[in-house]
Amino acid sequence: MKVFLMYKDRDFDVQQQLPWNAPDLTQDLELDTLFNAMALGDEFLREAVQKVIFAGMKDDCDSILFRQSVLKDCLKNPVIVRNLYKIAEDAMETKQKNHWGWLLENSNPAYVMSVSVGALQMFVGNLKQLRAMADEHADKFESEGFKTLFAMIKKELDAPYFTLIQNHLRRLEFHHGILIGVELGRGNEGSNYILRKPLDKKLSLVQRLFTKKSPVYTFRIETRDEGGSKALEELRNKGIKSAVNAVAQSADHIDSFFSMLRFELGFYVGCLNLHEQLEKIGEPASLPQPAALTERQHAFQGLYDICLALTVKGKVVSNDIDADKKNLILITGANQGGKSTFLRSIGLAQMMMQCGMFVAADNFRANICDGLFTHFKREEDITMESGKLDEELKRTSQIVDRLSLNSIVLFNESFAATNEREGSEIARQITTGLVEKGIKVFFVTHQYEFAHGLWDKKLGNAIFLRADRQADGTRTYKLAVGEPLQTSYGEDLYKRIFVTDKS
Amino acid sequence: MTFKSILFIKTGEGTNKINTEVPPFFVDLNLNQIIDAVTAERDIYDLQPFFYTPLQSEDAILYRHEIMQELTSDTLMAAIKTFAGKMILIRKYLALSEKLIYKNFKEGWFLEAAALYCETVNDLVNDLSALELKSRGLLSFREYLTAYAKSDGFTALSADTKKLSADLSTVKYSLHINGLTVRVRKYEGETDFSIEVAQTFEKFKQGTVKDYRTKLREDSDVNDVEARIVDFVAKLYPAIFAALDNYFEQHTNFVAETISVFDREIQFYVAYLEFIAKFKPAGLQFCYPQISAVNKEIFSNNGFDLALANKLISEGSAIVCNGFSLTGKERIFVVSGPNQGGKTTFARMFGQLHYLGGLGCPVPGSEARLYLFDRLFTHFEKTEDIKDLRGKLQDDLIRVYEILNQATPKSIVIINEILTSTTLQDAIFLSKKVIEKIIELDLLCVWVTFVEELSTYGEKTVSMVSIINPENPAKSTFRVIRKPADGLSYAIAIAEKHHLTYKSLQERIKS
Repeated sequence: MKVFLMYKDRDFDVQQQLPWNAPDLTQDLELDTLFNAMALGDEFLREAVQKVIFAGMKDDCDSILFRQSVLKDCLKNPVIVRNLYKIAEDAMETKQKNHWGWLLENSNPAYVMSVSVGALQMFVGNLKQLRAMADEHADKFESEGFKTLFAMIKKELDAPYFTLIQNHLRRLEFHHGILIGVELGRGNEGSNYILRKPLDKKLSLVQRLFTKKSPVYTFRIETRDEGGSKALEELRNKGIKSAVNAVAQSADHIDSFFSMLRFELGFYVGCLNLHEQLEKIGEPASLPQPAALTERQHAFQGLYDICLALTVKGKVVSNDIDADKKNLILITGANQGGKSTFLRSIGLAQMMMQCGMFVAADNFRANICDGLFTHFKREEDITMESGKLDEELKRTSQIVDRLSLNSIVLFNESFAATNEREGSEIARQITTGLVEKGIKVFFVTHQYEFAHGLWDKKLGNAIFLRADRQADGTRTYKLAVGEPLQTSYGEDLYKRIFVTDKS
Repeated sequence: MTFKSILFIKTGEGTNKINTEVPPFFVDLNLNQIIDAVTAERDIYDLQPFFYTPLQSEDAILYRHEIMQELTSDTLMAAIKTFAGKMILIRKYLALSEKLIYKNFKEGWFLEAAALYCETVNDLVNDLSALELKSRGLLSFREYLTAYAKSDGFTALSADTKKLSADLSTVKYSLHINGLTVRVRKYEGETDFSIEVAQTFEKFKQGTVKDYRTKLREDSDVNDVEARIVDFVAKLYPAIFAALDNYFEQHTNFVAETISVFDREIQFYVAYLEFIAKFKPAGLQFCYPQISAVNKEIFSNNGFDLALANKLISEGSAIVCNGFSLTGKERIFVVSGPNQGGKTTFARMFGQLHYLGGLGCPVPGSEARLYLFDRLFTHFEKTEDIKDLRGKLQDDLIRVYEILNQATPKSIVIINEILTSTTLQDAIFLSKKVIEKIIELDLLCVWVTFVEELSTYGEKTVSMVSIINPENPAKSTFRVIRKPADGLSYAIAIAEKHHLTYKSLQERIKS
């Protein structure tokens, strides 16, 4: 029984590690805002969406499209999806009430057996609910993911199967004693204790004719003999133990099925949560068009920083850019002109697209990448200037260690911790080194010499964006294609803070 | 030649006096740290005495070199380790059998031990036969072992053990426990219920699951009830259990003494080789030194202080190698130079190399020729001494006097910073007196001193000086070299340091 709502043919790998730069991405793109909006305070959901979003860099376009169609179904049937999720959640509560897992190590097997059997009884209830949901709602879903899931539930969880389970569980209560098969092991000690199913009573008449000759030796432990009854208990446990593994593993199997269901549905529930909030704000969400890894595409309209929108709980500035066939996107311009916000919206859209989510734009098309890296300046690391440059370069080097040719790197005012000439030279060498290899680089910079030097080269694969201002000095926060200019309008900022303060 | 010992070539004389005391110079040379590390986790073999007993002949050393070199073969080492592992288990089973009071279990564990012993001996014969051995020691041992495996006693033990084990493995019985009543009878073909249960729930399996079964026990915790059950099982299978009683009577003390001794002694080599193996990934070398009892033209290339290296390697720090060499009439290294420069380390390295060489072990370095000494003396200043100065000077002189009294021309003396507790003139005067004695005895000597005059004392002295890094005088280089004592842009650069220039990137990012 497989859930397969994340991939057509495999489970989501829940055990996988977050990428090494997850803390950087989280900080630079303000991912916590996104995760919180999706999880709505639910710790489990938060972990699920976080894992799925970070794992997106490993997947191909097909998995993205597969998830998009599952997501469409969810957006169409939000109540049913939330109810399915609730069943999985309830089953997990069953587990918490019957902690067979961590009991097993040193506990009395007879006790563990009864707890595990109890857990299985409760799981049977959850499974029956699941079956009922499938019977009632399967026809409302169109995606391959949901169709397969419901078909499997109907096929595997039928009435004879539920009867078989009940019979097993009754036998495991041992109302008529326990039959154990033993072999002589090392040192003539009993070994290989196996819980045996007594022979069928109807056959036993014939059996008896043959086995009668085999003698039976019987002894009884005195009621007062505490050591003896304890030893007997241990022996009984050895027999039970052989089956405890099977029973506990069975409980684990069902548990793992439900936790997979909960995890994979959880991601979509997170998407539903987010979608509802965007609707309230009135911001658009659209399913993006992923392009192949080796393509160089980036074209969108109405792309906005979803985390900013969630934070201000209202509409924010968006951008329309066509950067197809470009792999160097250099952003210059006014302070407070929306450059960092733009850079974040690029990173967020990339991550959301690659994990199968909708993105924060009217429309969005981009090639997928197999590594997304952010290199933002770290204010808190200012010690000595030289130390800071050293730290920035160290981080760059860590990124370079992990770069593949189809990565995307977002630089935000990097290598400015020295004078402009030297900083520009370092930025130039690094950027050229990466871009020539085909790596897609977004670079927000104030360094005129660096930016204009690249402009002068008239590279076919580069596009230059500028955070513009109106003639009167007010900012639009919109980016437009344009030649890097010498100043960053710091004077405006100065005026706004100091001059308006006085008035 | 009959085999007696894998460690000592001359066993007939019975003169191999094994030291059980820690030699006095162990602490000064940090040899205690080395030997403790080598023998760590091998307490059961009591190996220290072998490491306290240096050899006295070139041939005895060669005997060990041959074996040690042979053991660097992975297949041979694997065979020896398997053998050792099984011998440990055999002793464990025998101890268990000894301790148990229930007859059927006592005899059962005895059989277990014997079965493993037979397997162990046969495996070792097979493993050794498949190898082309060269060392005298291992050749001789193999000859002994092969003959032993064919002996009447061993083949009888093997045959009896095999038959009995096979018979016992056919025993299968059923227990029915209901309340306090136990029924014991032969197995009648009932099915395994856990398999049915597992199959029923298999379909929910998502990936690997936890295995709740416990591991194979090597211990016994049998009790009365189990003993009563096995007594009934013995009644169900009377012939097999009668044969077991008989077997137990006949085969007491089945482990051969020579094999037991070999098991212990071979660990000397295994322990040392295992210890030095961890230095190889750090680029440190070991070599089999030429050891001579006559030639004092000694040398070492790329040697190092093994105790220090052992410490540094666990901290992940780099280790500095040093060399030395004496030619012609040269006998004495006079080591001077700035403090914290590795002078003491050099002196220890010299002592360790000779001592370990004398044990027949490979020594730190890429190549070495060492002298087969009769005795080794050290005198290191004890800084923690709180005696008054005069007392200390006196102690120093008494100690030096004792050393020079006991030393023979075949001895080695290592002196580290003595006579510091007096005026320079005194120190020069006394040092010269002492060095005259050393020269007279023709001793091999390392003398760490601030008295630079000693370094040019005569044709027997060689001056060694510790080196510091001129750019960062606070940081020691730990280099000690042979030389006269003479008393005496930056942003791009950072980018280069991180290999982030355009050129470096072209190489780092693979297309």
